[in-house]
Amino acid sequence: MQPAERDEVEMLSLMLLIRRFEERASQQYQAQKIGGFCHLYIGQEAVVVGAVAATRDDDYLITAYRDHAHALARGTSPDACMAELFGKETGCSKGLGGSMHYFDKARHMYGGHAIVGAHVPLACGLAFACKYRKEDRVTLCFFGDGAINQGAFHEALNLAALYKLPIVFICENNLFAMGTSVKRSTSLKQIVDRAEGYDIPGEIVDGMNFREVRDKLKEVVTSIRKEPHPAFMEVRTYRYRGHSMSDPASYRTKDELEKYRLDDPIIRLRAQLTREGKLTNEQFDNIDKQAKQTANDSVKFAEESPEPPLEKLYDYTYVS
Amino acid sequence: MIMREITYRQALNEALAEELERDPNVFLMGEEVAEYNGAYKVSQGLLDRFGAERIIDTPISENGFAGLGVGAAMVGLRPIIEFMTFSFSLVAFDQVVNNAPNMLTMSGGQFNIPITFRGPNGPAHQLGATHSHATECLYANIPGLKVCTPATPRDAKGLLKTAVRDNNPVLVLESELLYSSKGMVEPLDVDLTIPLGEAEVKREGSDVTIICYAQTVPLALAAAEKLEDEDISSEIVDLRSIKPLDEEAIYNSIRKTHRVVIVEQDRPFCGVGAEVCYRIQKNIFDQLDAPIARVSQEDVPMPYNEKLEKAVLPNVDKLIGAVKKVCYA
Repeated sequence: MQPAERDEVEMLSLMLLIRRFEERASQQYQAQKIGGFCHLYIGQEAVVVGAVAATRDDDYLITAYRDHAHALARGTSPDACMAELFGKETGCSKGLGGSMHYFDKARHMYGGHAIVGAHVPLACGLAFACKYRKEDRVTLCFFGDGAINQGAFHEALNLAALYKLPIVFICENNLFAMGTSVKRSTSLKQIVDRAEGYDIPGEIVDGMNFREVRDKLKEVVTSIRKEPHPAFMEVRTYRYRGHSMSDPASYRTKDELEKYRLDDPIIRLRAQLTREGKLTNEQFDNIDKQAKQTANDSVKFAEESPEPPLEKLYDYTYVS
Repeated sequence: MIMREITYRQALNEALAEELERDPNVFLMGEEVAEYNGAYKVSQGLLDRFGAERIIDTPISENGFAGLGVGAAMVGLRPIIEFMTFSFSLVAFDQVVNNAPNMLTMSGGQFNIPITFRGPNGPAHQLGATHSHATECLYANIPGLKVCTPATPRDAKGLLKTAVRDNNPVLVLESELLYSSKGMVEPLDVDLTIPLGEAEVKREGSDVTIICYAQTVPLALAAAEKLEDEDISSEIVDLRSIKPLDEEAIYNSIRKTHRVVIVEQDRPFCGVGAEVCYRIQKNIFDQLDAPIARVSQEDVPMPYNEKLEKAVLPNVDKLIGAVKKVCYA
C-alpha cells in the first residue's frame, strides 16, 4: 500500500525546520554547548524530505552520521534531537549517542552510524528481515559519496542483489567525501554506475528539487513493493557548510558555493508553490517564523534537561 | 536418563536444529552452510530440514553478512552467523566490534542485538599464520560482547543453545580440533542449556588448580593423568565462558589448592591468562603459596612448519613443567 499524498506546504515546513534546527545547532556548537563532531545537513534538505514524502512511516530508514535531518524528517521531536546534541537524558538516544548516533525505534529510524559505509550491510539486514517476514516495507539506506569506496558498501550491494532485498540505496552525493572531491576519490565518472556492476537499477536525481526526489523515489518504491528488489539513486546535492563544524571547507571556491545557493532546495520549492498559487509570502514567513521558534525552543529544552545519571553508566552494556 | 555418546560436531548440529525448530526468528547464515552442509559439516542436513529461507549460503563477504546479521537483529530476528573460522572474522571486525556491541549504548537502550557469531577459533594443524588466530582475547576486550569456548560435546550443545536465546551478541568459539571428539550428552528430549559465565570443574584435585578452556581442556586432563603418576593431584577448572568470567569457581578451587597454572590457547601478551592472573592476585592473593604460572602460545606469528608450530603451542610437557614449578616438585 502506498501512503496518501503528503501536503507540499507541510513538506516545505519540514525542510525549513531542518534548516533552522541546523543553524541553531551550529551556533550552540560554536558556543561549546555541543561536544565531539557535528555534521550539518544545510543545503541537502530536499533529499530526505523528498524521500519521506515518497514512503510510508513504517518503512525502515537508516543513514550515516549526517543524521539530524533524517530523524527530524521522520518526526522525532526537535527537542529530543537538540537534547541529544547537548548529551542530555531527554535526547533521542538518551545523550549516549551524540550527533552521529540518532536513533528512534518508534519511528523506524535505525541510526545514525558513524563508520563510513559500515551501516550499508546493516541496511541489508533490515531489508532481509522484511523479506523474511514477508512484509512489504521498503528500507531506505542513505549514505554519502564517501561511502561508495568502502568494502562494506560493495559487499552489501552484492548481497542485496543476490538476495533480491527490498531496499533503496540513496547516495547523497554532495561532491565531497570529507574534504576530498569525488573527482579525486572515485574512479567512475558518475557514481550511479557503481550500481550497474551489481545489476541493480540506478538513476540520477536532482537533489535540490524536492518534487523530483519524491516522484522518482515513489516510482522505485512502488516497483519494490510489487516484487522485492534493490534499487540505487545517486542524488546530486550540496552541503553549504564544511564536512563537520571543524572544517572551514577551503577546498572549494566561493563561486561554487554561491552557484548552489542560488539553486537552494527551499527557495525552489517555495517558488514552485508560490507560482501555482498554493503559498503566499505571508504564509511562508509564518512557516519560517514557526520553524525558528521551534528550533529556539529546542535549545531551551536541551539546556534545561538533566544529564544522564552516573548510576546508569552500566545499564546499557547488556540487556537481560 | 540415558546419556548418549556423540561428537562435538553432532552436538552443535543438534543445538542449531533445536533452536531453529523452537523459534522461527532464528536463521543460520554463512559461507557454505547450506548446500555444502558446512565447511566442517556442523550444519549437515539443516538445509533439507529448514529450507533455503532459513539456512542461507553467502558469498565470501564476512563484513557484509556479519553486518546483515546485525541489521536483522535490530528488528528482532535472531541470526546465527557462521564464520568458517574466526580468523576470517577479522575481516568483519568492524561489524562484530563496532556495530553489534555498541548499538545498545549508542541508541540509549533502544536496540539490543540478539545475534550469535560462531565457528572454529584458535590454532588447528599447520594452517599457517593467517588461519590460526585465537581471537578470544580480542573479543573479550569489548564491552557488550559475550564470549564462550566450549571444550566438550555437552558444553558445545548447551552453550550454543543458550547463546542463541541470549538477547546480546554472543560469540561461540568452537575448535576445529575438537569437532570429531566424543563425549556424553543428555538425550534428545532434554532441552539442554548451560548458562554463560559458569565454569565447570572437569576433574577434582587437591594440589594444584589448572585453569583452562577450549583446546587446552583435553590437554590439561591428559597432563593431570600423568601428574597423578607422580602423586600430584590436579584440579581442572574449565572456564567455558571467557566473558562473563566465573571468578568464584576459580577462587573456590584455589582456596583448596593454593597453587595455579593457567593454560590457554591464545598469546601471552594481553591474553586471557593475563586477566585471570590479575584478578586472582587482586582478590585472593593471600591464598597463593606460589607465583601463578601461565602456559600459552609463544609470542610469534604461527609458523607453518610442523615442528615449529608445536614449539609455539602449549602442550602437555610444557604444562607439566609449569605445574611442577608451582608445586616446587
